[in-house]
Amino acid sequence: MLLLVAGFCIQLLLASSEAWERFGLGFLVSSEWDPAAEQFGALPSIIGTIVTTIIALLIALPLAFAAALYIVDAPKKISIILGYALDLLAAIPSVIYGMWGLFVLAPLMQKTIQPFFVNTLHLDAIPFVNSNYNGFGLFSAGVILSVMILPYICAVLRDVLQMTPLVLKEAAYGIGCTKLEASKDIILRYGIRGVLGGIFIGLGRALGETMAVLFVIGNMMNMPAGIFDSATTISATLANNFAEADGLQRSVLFALGVILLLMCLSIQIGSQWFLHATKAKRGEK
Amino acid sequence: MGIKIQTQNLNFFYGNHQALFDNNLVIPANQITAVIGPSGCGKSTHLRVYNRIFELYREQKATGEVIIDGKNILDNDVDVLELRRKVGMIFQKPTPFPMSVFDNVAYPLNLHYKLDKKAIEERVEQALRGASLWDEVKDKLYSSGLALSGGQQQRLCIARTIASEPEILLMDEPTSAIDPVATLKIEELMDSLRERFTIVIVTHNMQQAARISDQTVFFYKGRIIEYGQTKDIFTNPKNKQTEEYITGRFS
Repeated sequence: MLLLVAGFCIQLLLASSEAWERFGLGFLVSSEWDPAAEQFGALPSIIGTIVTTIIALLIALPLAFAAALYIVDAPKKISIILGYALDLLAAIPSVIYGMWGLFVLAPLMQKTIQPFFVNTLHLDAIPFVNSNYNGFGLFSAGVILSVMILPYICAVLRDVLQMTPLVLKEAAYGIGCTKLEASKDIILRYGIRGVLGGIFIGLGRALGETMAVLFVIGNMMNMPAGIFDSATTISATLANNFAEADGLQRSVLFALGVILLLMCLSIQIGSQWFLHATKAKRGEK
Repeated sequence: MGIKIQTQNLNFFYGNHQALFDNNLVIPANQITAVIGPSGCGKSTHLRVYNRIFELYREQKATGEVIIDGKNILDNDVDVLELRRKVGMIFQKPTPFPMSVFDNVAYPLNLHYKLDKKAIEERVEQALRGASLWDEVKDKLYSSGLALSGGQQQRLCIARTIASEPEILLMDEPTSAIDPVATLKIEELMDSLRERFTIVIVTHNMQQAARISDQTVFFYKGRIIEYGQTKDIFTNPKNKQTEEYITGRFS
């Protein structure tokens, strides 16, 4: 296993060495992308990846929490049906999500949601919310990702809520907690490890997801000015460009792969560290 | 002596199974009432009606009346959250929340009252002193409540419960999961809490009931067989089943 991982990393680094030599760390902060002039920068892809992931988590977390709360206490029949629905949501291939995004979500965004945000709610007062009604872009990709990671996060939250010892739940309600208070302050805190695990599973999936994003992100190598702008993510860039890339561009794509790998690894390590820290704080061995 | 709780024709059902039958009971204010009886006789079930905690479970149902301070708490218009502030409960196993010692006690305060930081600190200290725990935890208020010993955790739960100034304390076998020395401490604590609260304690331990309670209730198969002054119940029971139970002929 270790060999596999190591070999994988070495291969990636070797293949991307030309790009690193040529651009150095400036690669990370440059936003140029001009294959003809052999100028490449990773920043737009990195930003796109991070922003879509954050949007996805912001949308998916509260929904998943609400759904899990409901499912746990719903009558048995309803909770079984909803459980199946969630599992189905997880089983849909990402290319199907992409098609849904292209034919349903993007037009909806363009004609209804984006104008509503800007003209009715006047959210364009917030930085990075721009009035660019093209339907494709970071926000659309974030919405699709949120639907895709929702079942994972929800399943984990449901397990956490269900596995809490009854006596702790009773104690929480016993001091006069409402359902929301008991769940978020005590039960989720008790199952913090599971909760974080679920979030990180969702995060990992959102970071690496390619197919569905490809359909709705717009695939522009420029720096996006706002969340409704077309943009790209690392994985979408890779999928889009490998077919016709060679020489330096190919190496650049491998370098992007290294960056994505590092992002995923650091999240993994960060979560481990965080779990360890919370464990120590709670006084457990 | 005033009456704090009065139950009238209380019946209780787990689905189709009836667990309590026409319980009628009067619990005087500012006394310790011990509830004794063999396992599965409905003692805990009866206790769990007083703060309506049984309602967490869809299939459980109570009928009849439980009148606390003149109001039937089984009525629909009762504010359950306020009821649970007023009627605190201590469980068989210690149930510290996964947070610091301080936060464990401050948490219910923040739920029920809007207090500034200073007032909260005062109330937390008061509650911890009230639960005879202050001296043991004053240097580790901000370390986890889960790191305390079992007996300390149970007193932490008592502190947490009395912090929001309830009037009634329900204790469901509070010492069955902790060692004898810690048990003794909690019994002493209960004695000191008697002035401020009406305490109802379910216990398996008859010596405990005899030691600490003013009034004793004997349950058998979901019915209240006999209740009265503890010394009368233990020295001169009127019912034959009570006598057999307290003399240890069945359990």
